[in-house]
Amino acid sequence: MISLAGRDILHAWGKFVFTGIGLGLLIGVTLTMAGVYRGMVDDAKVLLDNSRAQLWVVQKDTLGPYAEPSSIYDDAWRGIRGMNGVARAANVTYLTMQVVHASGDVRAMVTGITMDGPGTPGWPPYLVAGRQVTRGHYEAVADVTTGFKLGDSIRIRRNQYTVVGLTRRMVSSSGDPMVFIPLKDAQAAQFLKDNDAMREQRRRTAANPAFNRPGAPDLLDAMTASQSTNPYVNTVLVQVKPGYQLQDVAESIRRWKRLQVYDRTQMEAILIGKLIATSARQIGMFLVILAIVSAAIVAFIIYTLTLGKIREIAVLKLIGTKNRTIAGMILQQALALGVIGFVVGKITATLWAPIFPKYVLLVPRDSASGFVAVMVICVLASLIAIRAALKVDPAEAVGG
Amino acid sequence: MKTPPLQRRTLALIAVLLPMLALFVYVALRSGPLAPIAVVVASVEDRAIAPALFGIGTVDARYTYKIGPTFAGRVRRLDVHVGDHVKAGQVLGEMDPVDLDDRIRGQEAALLSAQAQLREAHARQAYARSQAKRYEELGVGRYVSQEMVAGKRQELQVADAGLSTATQQIVRARAEGQALTSQRSNLLLVAGVDGIVAMRNADPGTTVVAGQSVVELIDPDTLWINTRFDQVSAHGLKPGLPVRIVLRSQAGTDLPGRVLLVEPMADAVTEEMLAKIAFDRLPAPMPSIGELAEVTVSLPEIAAHPVIPNASVQRIDGLLGVWTVRDGDLELVPVKLGATDLDGNIQVLEGVKRGDQVVTYSERALTAKSRIHVVDQLKQAR
Repeated sequence: MISLAGRDILHAWGKFVFTGIGLGLLIGVTLTMAGVYRGMVDDAKVLLDNSRAQLWVVQKDTLGPYAEPSSIYDDAWRGIRGMNGVARAANVTYLTMQVVHASGDVRAMVTGITMDGPGTPGWPPYLVAGRQVTRGHYEAVADVTTGFKLGDSIRIRRNQYTVVGLTRRMVSSSGDPMVFIPLKDAQAAQFLKDNDAMREQRRRTAANPAFNRPGAPDLLDAMTASQSTNPYVNTVLVQVKPGYQLQDVAESIRRWKRLQVYDRTQMEAILIGKLIATSARQIGMFLVILAIVSAAIVAFIIYTLTLGKIREIAVLKLIGTKNRTIAGMILQQALALGVIGFVVGKITATLWAPIFPKYVLLVPRDSASGFVAVMVICVLASLIAIRAALKVDPAEAVGG
Repeated sequence: MKTPPLQRRTLALIAVLLPMLALFVYVALRSGPLAPIAVVVASVEDRAIAPALFGIGTVDARYTYKIGPTFAGRVRRLDVHVGDHVKAGQVLGEMDPVDLDDRIRGQEAALLSAQAQLREAHARQAYARSQAKRYEELGVGRYVSQEMVAGKRQELQVADAGLSTATQQIVRARAEGQALTSQRSNLLLVAGVDGIVAMRNADPGTTVVAGQSVVELIDPDTLWINTRFDQVSAHGLKPGLPVRIVLRSQAGTDLPGRVLLVEPMADAVTEEMLAKIAFDRLPAPMPSIGELAEVTVSLPEIAAHPVIPNASVQRIDGLLGVWTVRDGDLELVPVKLGATDLDGNIQVLEGVKRGDQVVTYSERALTAKSRIHVVDQLKQAR
């Protein structure tokens, strides 16, 4: 038995393949949009994964440190470290800012890490080049998407840092690359103003008669010194000893240290449910519309392809071809078109995904459900075309 | 004659579809979560490493001399400016004496008047003595009454007492005069040592309180660097170790020095140890006080042990280890780490041995089930 659909495709294969490719590009855009959404969620998740923390200790009544500002004293970790069940506790600061580089500036999340050696919570868990920070000051490990190279000199506020290591997929929840620097530098960078602002601040303090008393000449110096310290960090990352329940440890820190504690599940809920909720919904909405538009276009294409062949179909009917054969031909063509479209779409989406400025994550499950959706849409679209084909009058083959 | 064009078409279609399908399969397997993770591995080597400590400090003067008045008063003159070299004993300035000079003159007059009183007392006493002597003799011949003799004797005693009062008055006036002179000279601001004027806190006419410094002197030969080392990485810090000093104003120039002392008191708030670093030879020109300096302390070399790069160290589920590659399989081997140097090498005391292959760099976080693909350099690092 000879395949009518195959014959027809071969008859005008160029047109068919190009239609398939066109359709594929559209499907590629839809898959990419799904990838953008997944990438956004993944950015939030890797931020949590990369910190290697089991508990986040933050300021009371805040959703810190990512979704809200949180600041706790930098010696709070000592008390937390001493609590039952805590294996490791490390101070961390986060500050999203412009990092100045020879070729311009880059928006990055500057992360201050406790200098306890590799494996400390908060440190980049893996590198792609260079080494981890060894000096307690003025060294940095940067994500490759910053564009920095090993040995580059970058400026954060007043200080120059040497890039000693590069890492990958270390991003903030909004997709900004991370730059890891020693904690003390990061604490200084958080509050440190430029020279001019510092002079202004000193001048203001000196102009305040309460701080600049003739009878107490050292008071002004003491005031100025106390203004240039930053004894705060944003969070303490905690790892729990084996055999202890996370919830018990979290509860005891909450109760006795009067600080807020989140575990991984709560943190993810905060990031995905609150921090990126609106932008994720925005992308999700766009994805839905794009999917509907794509479905409509697929349906139109198949319908037009069939209508273009209406005369041939009439001839087929005239020579007595069964309706089932004609319907089968249209259905098979639609499915073939869908397969080509999906294959092209998957390829293009994969090829252009790395070019996107933010992370695009193409999940195989999305591709699979995308494939099913394309097939279902093709079947539905071919139903309309089949109805039109079956309604055609065989007389049209000879008439007009 | 109908078959060949059809076959050609079939071939053409296959020629388009097959590469597309091949590309699809490649894309599906080589990207995304299904792709093998590119890793870079390194061989563990036995190597001696030279650990070093890194700290940040500020240039500081070992001795600072704050020179100021001991009384509240007004600065009358100040002869030196910031940067001037001064000698020990040099007068730098003077406080306003207000009425002190007048009081000294008054005291001088008081001294003269006391001396005149002394002369008067002497005269009185000499006269009283001769009178007493004369009446004693007249009293022996009974020419005068006993009562008169006793009266003259008493006058002599009064004149003696008057003389001793006048003598003490002179001592007192002289001492008070000296006190005023001392006070006067105390108003001079005098350098105690050879040094450089580092600060000039008040100008002539300024009123200062007692103890406030008007001029600050430093001894430039005793500059040191007040350095802070993070406590977690200060193991092995002790006096006498050689250091390299880089001043912020002279980046790229290493100055030799040594650890002079490690302070017994650490900073409990900032979790740092404090040490003083001395220059082997003081740089010229003299570095500014308060200038930032980076200090690298070289520790003695440690005997050869297996060495791994610090980028390979991972902590997974609380276990500190490295990923080793054996026959293409990944295994997390727990390690016990020893000394580290500033170039990112870590000695391993237990866990891996020479010749083991450890994963240094990876594109993603690894798990024991990850498929890997060993490369020389990751493409992201290029």
